[in-house]
Amino acid sequence: MDFIQNFPFFSIILSMFSGIISSILPGKAAKRLNTAVIFVAGLLSLILLIYLIGTGSSYTYMMGHFPAPWGNEIRAGILEAGMALFFCIIMLLSLFGGRKKLNEEVEEGKHNLYYILMDLMLSSLLALIYTNDLFTAYVFVEINTIAACGLIMIRQNGRTIEAAVRYMIMSLLGSGMLLMGICMLYDLTGHLLMSNISEQVALLAASGEYRIPLLVTIALMSVGLAIKSALFPFHAWLPDAYGYSTVSSAAILSSLVSKGYIFLLIKIIYRVIGFEIFDNSRIIDVLFVFGLMGMIFGSLSAIKENDIRRMIAYSSVAQIGYIYMGIGMGTAAGMAASVFHILSHAATKSLLFIAAIGLTDVSGGSRKFVDLTGAAYRNKWAGVAFTVGSLSMVGVPLFSGFISKLLFAQAAVQNNGKMLPALIVLGISTILNAIYFMKTVIRIYTPANGTGSCVTFRSMKLYAVTLVCFIVLNIILGVSSQPVVDLIEQGLAMFS
Amino acid sequence: MSKLRPQKEYEKTGAFRFFRWLSGSKDPYVGEVEMKPQEETIIPESTILERMNEKRMMRDKIYDAENNKKLRLFHKIYIASAILFSFVLAGLLLYTVSCLPPVGNSANPANNEVPERYIESGLQETGAVNIVTGMILDYRAFDTFGESNVLFIATVTVLILLHNKKKSAKEEENDRIYEPKNDAILQACAKVLVPVIIMFGIYIILNGHLSPGGGFSGGAIIGAGLILYLNAFGFKKTERMFTEKTYKAICFAALTFYCVAKSYSFYTGANHLDSHIPLGKAGHILSSGLILPLNICVGLVVACTMYTFYVMFRKGDF
Amino acid sequence: MGVNLVANYGEAVAMILFVIGFMNLLLQKNLIKKIIGLNIMDSAVYLFLAEKGYISSRTVPIVVNGIQDVEAYINPIPSGLVLTGIVVSVSVSALMLSLTIRLYRRYHTLDLDEISMRLRKEGL
Repeated sequence: MDFIQNFPFFSIILSMFSGIISSILPGKAAKRLNTAVIFVAGLLSLILLIYLIGTGSSYTYMMGHFPAPWGNEIRAGILEAGMALFFCIIMLLSLFGGRKKLNEEVEEGKHNLYYILMDLMLSSLLALIYTNDLFTAYVFVEINTIAACGLIMIRQNGRTIEAAVRYMIMSLLGSGMLLMGICMLYDLTGHLLMSNISEQVALLAASGEYRIPLLVTIALMSVGLAIKSALFPFHAWLPDAYGYSTVSSAAILSSLVSKGYIFLLIKIIYRVIGFEIFDNSRIIDVLFVFGLMGMIFGSLSAIKENDIRRMIAYSSVAQIGYIYMGIGMGTAAGMAASVFHILSHAATKSLLFIAAIGLTDVSGGSRKFVDLTGAAYRNKWAGVAFTVGSLSMVGVPLFSGFISKLLFAQAAVQNNGKMLPALIVLGISTILNAIYFMKTVIRIYTPANGTGSCVTFRSMKLYAVTLVCFIVLNIILGVSSQPVVDLIEQGLAMFS
Repeated sequence: MSKLRPQKEYEKTGAFRFFRWLSGSKDPYVGEVEMKPQEETIIPESTILERMNEKRMMRDKIYDAENNKKLRLFHKIYIASAILFSFVLAGLLLYTVSCLPPVGNSANPANNEVPERYIESGLQETGAVNIVTGMILDYRAFDTFGESNVLFIATVTVLILLHNKKKSAKEEENDRIYEPKNDAILQACAKVLVPVIIMFGIYIILNGHLSPGGGFSGGAIIGAGLILYLNAFGFKKTERMFTEKTYKAICFAALTFYCVAKSYSFYTGANHLDSHIPLGKAGHILSSGLILPLNICVGLVVACTMYTFYVMFRKGDF
Repeated sequence: MGVNLVANYGEAVAMILFVIGFMNLLLQKNLIKKIIGLNIMDSAVYLFLAEKGYISSRTVPIVVNGIQDVEAYINPIPSGLVLTGIVVSVSVSALMLSLTIRLYRRYHTLDLDEISMRLRKEGL
C-alpha cells in the first residue's frame, strides 16, 4: 500500500478539519486557511492522478478496520482524481475572482462562517467523487445541499433569501426521493456498498425477480438527482439562485454543485445498476428527452431576459440539458462527451459570471443591458473575458465549447435511433446560443457616451489575473483536448 | 344545628375560597402574579384595508389578474396536475410496496451475511454490547462523521441568518415583557427537574455502548434541560454559565477530537496497521475503545446545537 | 398487484404518508405548512426504512446473557441508518425555519407567492 494511496482520504479529512477550525478563527485567517486547503487538495489530486496514470488501475481504500460489505470504502481511479483536481482549480479561481465583492457584500463578523461553508462544500464534493457507498453519498449530498443554500443566501437581502427558500424546497424533494430509492434498493439487495449492490442487481435482472421494484427504484433515484441538478422541468429555482447571489457563490454553484450530483448519477449508472440494465429500462430515454427540451427552453428563456446575470443563469439550464442529452444517448462515447462537457462548462460558466460582475461594476452597478452599453471599453479585461466565454459557449473553434459540441455530434452519429433528434436540437440550440450571447457581446462593445467609471489594471490585479487564468484554461481545453478526452475514456473504462 | 355566620366571616374561610375557585367566578392568578397582562394587539381597521388594497393593486398592475385568463388557467392546471401527479405517484408506490419482500421474513435479501457478522462478532470486534452503537461508531463510522458535520453546518447557516450581535437595550427589555419573571412555580420545578434531566442525559450518553442510547439522544436530553433552565431563570443567570465563548470552545474541542480520533482510526485501518486502542472488558463502562469518548463528543455537540437553535430563534444572541 | 400488500402494511402506510407530505409541500401556500409537509415526508421515509429491519419473533440487537446467535436479534443496519437520517431531518428543518423567520420579519407575510409578487414590485 503506497503512501500516495492515502491522498483521497487526506484531502477529504483536511477540508473537513479546516472547516471545524475556521469556526474560531477571525475572517482573514479563515480566508487564508481556505485558500491553502483548496490548494493542498488540488496538489494532492494532481499527484494522485499522475500516480494512477502510471499504475493504470483503480484501487479501493478501506475507511476503518473492516473490509467491504461491513465497513465504509472509498475508491479512486483516473476519472475521480481528474475531476477532483479540476474542481479544486475552479473553486480556487472562483474565490479569487469574487474576493473583492465578497468583502463588500458579506456582513462584518460573518466572513469566517462563509469560509466554513466553502470548506465543507469542498469536502462534500470530494467525498461525492470518491465514495463507494450509497448511504455515505446520501449524507454528503445533504451537506452539499445545506452548504449550497448557505452560499446562496449569504448576501441576506430579500431576493436571495426567497431564492434560498425555493432552492431548499426543490432540493429537499429530490433528497427525499433519493433516500427512498436507496432504501428500496437496500431492501432488494441487502447491501449498501456499490460493488456489492451491482452483483446482486445483475442476479436480480437475470432472474427477473422483483422487476417492477427495481424499475421504480432506478426511476426514483434518477428523478431525485435530476431535480437536484436542475434538469428541464425542475429548473425553476435556478435563475433566482444564480442571478442574485454574490459572484463567487454563483460561479461555484453553477460550475460545481450541479455537476457533483450529475457525477453521482453517472456513478450510480455505472457502478450500482450497471450500464446495460439502465439502458434496458427506458429511464434513459426520459433523461434524453428532458435534456433536449432543456436545451431549447433554456435558450429561449435566456433570449427573453433583460438582466445579464439571469441570462447567464438560464444558459446554465441549457448546458445541463446538453449533459443529460449525452448521458441519455446510452453509449460510452456519449458519456465521455458528457464528462468533457462538465469540465468545459465549469471552466466557461465561472468565467462568464466573473466577467459579468466586472462589467456591471463599471456601469454603476446596474445589470440591465441598456446600462451595459460600451462596458467593455470601460473595463477592458472583463470585456475580453466575456467575449472569450461567449465564443466558447457558442462553439467557435479554438475554445473548449467547440470540442464538446464536436464530441456530442460524434456520439450522436454512432447511435442510430437518437441521431436525428440529437443533431437537430444541437444545431437549433447553437443558433439560439449565438443569438443571445452575440447580442450581448455586440452591445458591450458598442461605444456609448461616458456613463460610469473606467478601471485600470492596478486597481484590480487579482481579478485580472484570475480572468487570464480562466482564459488560458479554456484555450488549453479547446486546443489540446485529445489527451483530456483519452484520459476521460480511460477513466470511464475502469469506472465500473 | 349550625349557626349562620355573617358573610364577612364566611369569606375568610377555606370552604368559601374552595367553592369560589370551583365555580370559577374569580381567577386566583390575576393580580397575584408579577406578570404584565398581554395587551391585545388591535390592528386598526384601516391598516387591514390598506394591505388588502395594496395586494389587489399589485395583482392588477403586475399580473393583470382580472383579465388574465392565462394566469388563472395556469393556476388551475398547476393544481390539477399536481393532484393528479400525486395520486399517480401514490398508486405507483403502493404497487411497488406490494411487490417488495414481506416485512418480518427472515429469508429477506437484507438478512444476509452483513448483519450476521455484526451480530456474531460485533461484541468481540468493537467491544460494544449495543450492536447498533458499535455499527454506527465503528463499522460505518464515516457516515456518523458526515452526520456530525451536517449538524455543524446547519448551525453555521442558522448563525449566519439569525445571529445579531448589536441589540439595543429596548429590544432586550422587550424580550421578557410578556413572560412571568421569576415565576415561582416554574422556578421551583426547574430547581428540582433540571439536575435530574441533565443527569439522565449524562447517563444515556455514558451508557451508549451498553444499552439503548448514545450521543445523539443523550445530547438532545441535555439540550432540553438547558432550555428549561433558560426559560425558568432568564438570560442573565444563564449567561453566567453559557456564553458564546463557551459554545465555540465546546464545539471546537469536541469536533476536533472526533476528527483527529477518527482520522487515526481510518488511517491505521486502511494501511492495515494495528491501532493499539484497548477494547476493554465487555459490559464495563470504560470499554469498547474509542466509542465512549466519541459518544461524549457527539453528545456535547448535540446539546450545544439544540440550545443554540433555541436561543437564535428567540433572541438572536447568546 | 403483487402479493405482499397486506404483509407490508407498515410500508404501505409509509408510502401514503410520503405522498401526503409531498402534496403538502407542493400545494400549500403557507410556508410553515410547507415545512410541516417536508417533515411528514422525511418521517415517512424513516418509517419505511425502520420497517426493513424487523424480523418476526426476534428481539432488540443488544447482547444479553452472552447470546450472540444471529437467530436471536433483528437486523441492526436499518436502525443505524435511521439514526443518521433523523439528525439530517432536524438540521434541514431548523434551516428552513430560520429562513422563514427572516422572510417574515422583512415582508410580514408567510405566503410565498405574495413574497414573489412583492419582490417583482421592488424590481420594477
